[in-house]
Amino acid sequence: MNIIACVKRVPTTDAEVRFKADASGLETDSLPYMISFYDEIALEQAVLTKEALGGEVTALSLGPASGSKEIRECLAKGADKAVILTDDEWMSSDCRATAKRLAAAIGELDAQLVFMGRVATDRDNAAVGPMCATYLGWACVSGVIEMECGEDKGTAKVETENGIETVEFSLPAVITCNKGLNTPRYAGLKGIMAAKKKPLEEQAPAEADGQAVLSTVIAPPARPEGRIVGTGAEAIPALIDALRNEAQVL
Amino acid sequence: MTTLVVFVEHSGGNARRGSLEALGAAHAAGCDCIAVLAGADAAQAAQTLGGSGATKAVVLTGPAEHSADAVASAMAEVVGAQGADGFLAASTHHGQDLAARVAAHLDSVLFSDCTGLTSEGDSLSVQRSWLAGKAIAQLTSTAPAFCCTTRLNVFEVCEGEGSVEVSEHAISAEPKTRVVSIEAKGDSKLDVKEAPVVVSGGRGMKEAEHFSLIEDLAAAFGNAAVGASRAVVDTGWRPHSEQVGQTGKVVAPQLYVAVGISGAIQHLAGMRTSGTIVAINKDAEAPIFKVADYGIVGDALEIVPALAEAVRAVKAEG
Repeated sequence: MNIIACVKRVPTTDAEVRFKADASGLETDSLPYMISFYDEIALEQAVLTKEALGGEVTALSLGPASGSKEIRECLAKGADKAVILTDDEWMSSDCRATAKRLAAAIGELDAQLVFMGRVATDRDNAAVGPMCATYLGWACVSGVIEMECGEDKGTAKVETENGIETVEFSLPAVITCNKGLNTPRYAGLKGIMAAKKKPLEEQAPAEADGQAVLSTVIAPPARPEGRIVGTGAEAIPALIDALRNEAQVL
Repeated sequence: MTTLVVFVEHSGGNARRGSLEALGAAHAAGCDCIAVLAGADAAQAAQTLGGSGATKAVVLTGPAEHSADAVASAMAEVVGAQGADGFLAASTHHGQDLAARVAAHLDSVLFSDCTGLTSEGDSLSVQRSWLAGKAIAQLTSTAPAFCCTTRLNVFEVCEGEGSVEVSEHAISAEPKTRVVSIEAKGDSKLDVKEAPVVVSGGRGMKEAEHFSLIEDLAAAFGNAAVGASRAVVDTGWRPHSEQVGQTGKVVAPQLYVAVGISGAIQHLAGMRTSGTIVAINKDAEAPIFKVADYGIVGDALEIVPALAEAVRAVKAEG
């Protein structure tokens, strides 16, 4: 089975963000990067599925050619090959454009199963998986926390506001992965050595115009100065008073 | 006037609050709303929408009610059939998933989990966060249809009077997925994204068992959900569904109480837009106090039970 894990290079979650003075974007020059948290889970699920069913895992990423360090890590963690759809403006690619470009590449790779993270931790859209599946005309289950998969169908569990739903899906399918689905492995020395010999291909992504127009991006407004109302349980009456009479939330 | 089709989720024959907020957001931005509902009791829930901002409601009928792909394609058909300009949903699990699919059917970009929706001439502009709240972006779109989802607890519900004209639309697409079972959680358990009050615990609770104190404080508020820091989720003390922050859920309740949470940048990003923030921590230098409106320095295990008692006393007074 041809299995794809879509991975995105995003700023590390502990990165301090700086803004361009004219509010036209983020200062990206010295940003540290990582593979998006949920995409690591997607990659692990792709490798686990390959180990169970056989086949080949391709790590697919829309990103800069300079992102190959992060993509090499995917090869070290069990992907057999990698394809980077090179775009230096990858972070500004809106969810529709990204979904269309990934769908075009997925079609060419003749895959049956595609894993993605539930959401990328930079633009927080949680949209590319189900959008991409819709463009492909495939089944999709979003936010999976547990799954089983065979050659032509599978079942997956997702957590919703109502409880836990069990969903049956037919292949081909796009599965977006939530925390709890698995524990991503670390790259061992053997994996890192093997990754150097694995194919990493760069391709031009399919054409897809952006529709999102950014007006401004700024830091969140500072919260009003707070105060320590006291120490220990003796401070509780002061807190209750503040919550009732100042904040009026109690 | 801009007309939006708004996905309304419901339970027990009533619309869920998040969906009413989405209707309220569209109404406040000057849009005309057509509600679309699916599933059992949808017709009953549609009848309750008078004054919510919707003037029409479309109930989806057919055997594929529980298949997200078939439902989404029917919702996109409703947008076309009603001559609407776009699609809106609350950013719940299903709202987010369906909105992405509907947007693809309409070949339009989706703005997810928006915290602002305003009209600008003939078009709409949204505010939404990037990097879980470390950046705030203002965006418009050139898409053929305007599609967005709204963050819970941010927009006001319309409290009006009125009637709703209800019609039906049949789901016709062949389903590719099927919900085979739903393991419902207790009715009293609010999701951390939906709850107006969130009481979160961190490593300062010292042991998993001590979260009974957090649960008891949440119960004292009555309308609260329990949240957790990444540290206690990763050690297995609490489920991931409760995690607040960049690799969990971004929340904006009226009141957020952080207990024994030092305030890592990823956690702060996920809760800093809450209405009022209370922090309880033994370390007076903890970063959580920088975003808190009110802080108490001290041992969570001593303070939390006493605070629960005090909250109960206030609630009993009415």
